[in-house]
Amino acid sequence: MLRVVSGLVFAFLMLPLLVLFPISFSSGTYLRFPPPGFSLKWYVRYFGDTAWIDATYRSLQIGAATTVLALLLGILLAFGLVRGRFRGRSLIENGISAPIIVPHIVLSIAIYGLFSRLGLIGEWYGVAIAHTVLALPFVVIVLLAGLRDFDVNLELAARGLGAGRLAAVRTVTLPILAPSVYSAAFLAFITSFDELVVAMFIAGANMTLPKKMFDNILSEIEPTVAAVSAIQIVLVSALLVLGTRLRRPATPTNALTR
Amino acid sequence: MTLSSAASAPPLRAAEARRSSAFPLGALALTWPALLLLLLLFVLPLARLFALSFEGGNLEWYEKALTGGLYTTILLRTFEIAAIVTLCCLLIGYPVAFLLATTTPAWRALGFAFVMLPLWTSVLVRTYAWMVLLGRNGIINRLLIDSGLLEQPLPMLNSKMAVILGMVHVMLPFMILPIYSALTRIDPDLPKAARGLGASTPRIVMTIYLPLTLRGIVAGVTLVFVVSLGFYITPALLGGGKVLMFAMVIEQQVREFLAWNFAGALSVILLAVTLLAFTVLNQGVARHLGD
Repeated sequence: MLRVVSGLVFAFLMLPLLVLFPISFSSGTYLRFPPPGFSLKWYVRYFGDTAWIDATYRSLQIGAATTVLALLLGILLAFGLVRGRFRGRSLIENGISAPIIVPHIVLSIAIYGLFSRLGLIGEWYGVAIAHTVLALPFVVIVLLAGLRDFDVNLELAARGLGAGRLAAVRTVTLPILAPSVYSAAFLAFITSFDELVVAMFIAGANMTLPKKMFDNILSEIEPTVAAVSAIQIVLVSALLVLGTRLRRPATPTNALTR
Repeated sequence: MTLSSAASAPPLRAAEARRSSAFPLGALALTWPALLLLLLLFVLPLARLFALSFEGGNLEWYEKALTGGLYTTILLRTFEIAAIVTLCCLLIGYPVAFLLATTTPAWRALGFAFVMLPLWTSVLVRTYAWMVLLGRNGIINRLLIDSGLLEQPLPMLNSKMAVILGMVHVMLPFMILPIYSALTRIDPDLPKAARGLGASTPRIVMTIYLPLTLRGIVAGVTLVFVVSLGFYITPALLGGGKVLMFAMVIEQQVREFLAWNFAGALSVILLAVTLLAFTVLNQGVARHLGD
C-alpha cells in the first residue's frame, strides 16, 4: 500500500520532467504527442539563435557573480555569527531567512523601484546584486550548520603550531568545510540561474534565460523551450550525481527547518 | 581587516587562542558587508514601498484594496489555493517520507533522486512540462482520445485544478524533506516495542509516528503554505489569466498601471498576511510543543 502510494507520487514528480525529452526531439512544429518523428531541429534552433545563446550566457554570468558575492558575504557573516559574542547575534541569525519568507513579487517591485531611480535597470550586475539578496540566506544557513559541526580545536591546534589566524582558517577550517561551501555555492547558483520574477522587473531588455523561456512559452507554441529544459534537466542531474560524491547533500529545507 | 592584521601574530597558547577566537568586535565586523547589502537592497526598498502605500497621509490605497470585494476575493482565493496545496502536499508527502525513512539504503537513494531532481529543476521548466501534459492538444488529452476514452479534449489547462497540480509538484519536496528528517530521528525500537506489545499499525502511527514527527510536519506545512501565498509563475502560466492570485495582481498594478502607491498597499497586505501565517504556524505550534 505504502509502496503503491509512493510509487504513484514518484511518478507524479518525475513524469513531467521525462515527457519533455520526447517532445524536445520531435520533428513536428507543434507540441504533439507522440512526436511524428525524430529530429534535432529544436536543439539546432536553440544553439543557432543568438537571442537564446545571449540569454544563456547572461544567466551564467549573473549566476556566477551571484555565487561569488553570496559566498564571500555569507562566509564572513557565518564566521561572525558562530565565533562572535555580541548583542543582536540571534536577531541576525533569525532574520537572515527573511528574504526567503518575503514573497518574491514584493521584493521584486521594491528593488525595481530602487533600481529605476538609480538607473540600474538592464544592467547584468544589478540583477546579480539583487539575486545575492535571495541567495544569501541559503548560503548562510548551510554554512552555519557546517561551522557548528566543525571542531574548533583543529583550528586552535594549527594556531598553536604557529599558523596565523588567516592561515589557520585557510589551510584547516575552509578545507574541512569544503562540502558545506560546495552545497552553498550550488544553492546560490541555482537560486540565481532559475530566478524569473526579480529578473522580469530589473533585467529590462537584456533577457536572462528564464525570462526568454517565459516570453517564449507565452508567445509561441513550439518545442524550443522543451529542448532548453531537457538540457537543464541533464545538467542538474549531472551536478546532483557529482554532489553525492561530496558527501553533504544540498537541501534547502534541511537548512530551513533546523 | 581583523583577520589580516592578526595573520602575522605570534603563536598563541591554546587558552589564549580560545579567548581570542571569541573576538567579539572583530566578529561583528565580519557581519557588516552582508548586513549592509541586506540593509540597502532588502530593508530600505521594502521600507520605501511601505512608505509609498501611506503617501498622502491617509489610508486611501488600503481602503481601495480592502473594500469593494475584488481584492479581498483574490486574497481569499490565494489563501484557499495555498491551503489546498499544503493539504495535498501533506497527504501525499507523508507516505513518501515514511517510505524513504524505512526502506533499504539502495531504494532510499533512488527515492531521494526522484525527490531531489524535480526540486533542483527550475519552476519554469516544471510549469512548462505541466502545460505540455495538460494542454488541449497535450499528452493526457491525446492519450485519452487515441485510446477512445474521450471524444473531445478535456479543458484541463487554465483552471484552478491545473494551478494546484503545478504548485503541488513544485512544493512537494519541501514537505517531504522535513518530515523525512523528523522520521529518521525516531528511535526504531519504539515502534518495534509497541508492535511487540500488540499495538496495531494505525495505533502505532497515531501514538508514535504522528506525535514524534509533528515538528517536521509543522516545518513542512509552514514552508509550503507561506511560499504558496506568494506564487506567481505557476498560476500565471497554468491559470491562463483565469486564476488570479495575489502576486499576479501586484505585478499587474506595477507593470501595466504604474500604480506604485496601490501596489505598495497590496504588497504590505500580502507581506502582513504571509508574516502572520508564518508566525502563527511556526511560533504558535512551537510554543504548544514546549519549544
